[in-house]
Amino acid sequence: MAKIVDARGLACPQPVILTRDALKETREVITIVDNETARANVTRLAEQTGATVKVEQKEDGIYLHITKEPTAHAEPSPSAAGAPAGGPLVLVIPSEIMGRGDEELGSILIRGFFHTLGEVEPLPDKIIFFNSGVKLVIENSPMLEDLQALVARGVEILACGTCLGHYGLTEQVAVGEVSNMYTIAETMLGAGRVVSL
Amino acid sequence: MRPLKEIFHEADYPDLLVGLEVADDAAVYRINDDVAVIQTTDFFTPIVDDPYAYGAIAAANAMSDVYAMGGQVVLALNIAAFPADMDEAIIRAILRGGAEKVKEAGGVIAGGHTIDDEEPKYGLAVMGIVHPDRIATKGGARPGDVLLLTKPLGVGIITTAFKADAADPAHVEVATQSMMQLNKRAAEAMQGGEFHAATDITGFSLLGHAYEMAEKSGARLRFRFDDLPFHPGAKEYAELLLFPGGANRNKAAYEQHVHFAPYLEYEMQLLLFTPETSGGLLIAMPPGEVEGFLARCAERGQKAWLVGDVVEGAGIEVL
Repeated sequence: MAKIVDARGLACPQPVILTRDALKETREVITIVDNETARANVTRLAEQTGATVKVEQKEDGIYLHITKEPTAHAEPSPSAAGAPAGGPLVLVIPSEIMGRGDEELGSILIRGFFHTLGEVEPLPDKIIFFNSGVKLVIENSPMLEDLQALVARGVEILACGTCLGHYGLTEQVAVGEVSNMYTIAETMLGAGRVVSL
Repeated sequence: MRPLKEIFHEADYPDLLVGLEVADDAAVYRINDDVAVIQTTDFFTPIVDDPYAYGAIAAANAMSDVYAMGGQVVLALNIAAFPADMDEAIIRAILRGGAEKVKEAGGVIAGGHTIDDEEPKYGLAVMGIVHPDRIATKGGARPGDVLLLTKPLGVGIITTAFKADAADPAHVEVATQSMMQLNKRAAEAMQGGEFHAATDITGFSLLGHAYEMAEKSGARLRFRFDDLPFHPGAKEYAELLLFPGGANRNKAAYEQHVHFAPYLEYEMQLLLFTPETSGGLLIAMPPGEVEGFLARCAERGQKAWLVGDVVEGAGIEVL
């Protein structure tokens, strides 16, 4: 049952605060707002928390249907304690090469890894690239096609904005979304399973 | 301004140096070759709980326009509205906060006017002076100049978070002190050397006021996000989306003129559109002047940050 937050007539940031509180209690929230500012900021809040938003414009207000993915964190299943929890499978790529040792080998391996990824099950829900890993999502990345194919199949790709800035690559991002530590941390902590290369 | 321009024609008022056609932070009127008068007013509803601090902030904010024009404060009048049943002690504290701030500025409050109103309002009508050849307008920035900012950003979002009971009192305290700080020393440091343009950062946010400077100067202003100073807590509250409605209004008004680097997220972009109160001066000056300016700031205990530069073109860029 969705919780309804009627934020009509409330000044910012109240709609955001009330929606955030509601999302702590339940996974489905309908926030009703009456202005563009509240719509933009509540939608952004939902995106931050990894929820999906459907916007419905009605005569008496803008209805934002917010649905949060079930996560291990939010919905611990008492009957299955200790078992792998449901929730997004998050793949973490901290480096432009796979494994330690010879860099040339590491570079070949990671290319092979992403090529193979599209052929194995399960597909990760999200892939986070950070540190030198962000060099894999830019224009001349050798695995750009593989990554684009993953995105086309619904895989969400997040690249660390600070890291892109550090390597001077922000202008060259070719696939996925530039993200921040808030989202990255929340994605990892809210994951059902995190696999790090 | 448009109705004013229909009634008052600039050509009829040759001594009005800044006002109608070239609106700026304040009006400037030439008295003789050595003295021009700066006239400005500002008032607003309470933004902090402490009445003394509110009075001081409202006064510092009103006088800031004089400093943004490069002037000194001479004379001020109170403008106030208080509920009929408001506690006298609170009113006295507000007025004392304003008066002590004007005294600190070197000026005097010589009267004023108060009316009854449901919501308290306080501010000043201020008169300042400046040499007619040393007026700091928004329109003088030139390609090659560098941009300096004399207070950190973020008081707008911190006070909004405070009103929503979501702010750390330590953050509110820093923001309050910053809003109470006069731009007097920054203006004095600026007048000690060469400068091309100045404005103060208030309700239209850093980017709104910077855009006015860019537009009036016929140049492009470029900021480096990582060089912009923020009060503690500001970025945190931005991540929590505790923005006042004014942030999105400024964004809607100015975003068409602003280009952001793609890695700057929605929250950080919106933070730069968030209204400030009693913010610092944004000054454009030739690069050779920076060392002297920073030295004069340091002598006065005034902080300043190098935040960007001016290039050929139009609008604003945030990298």
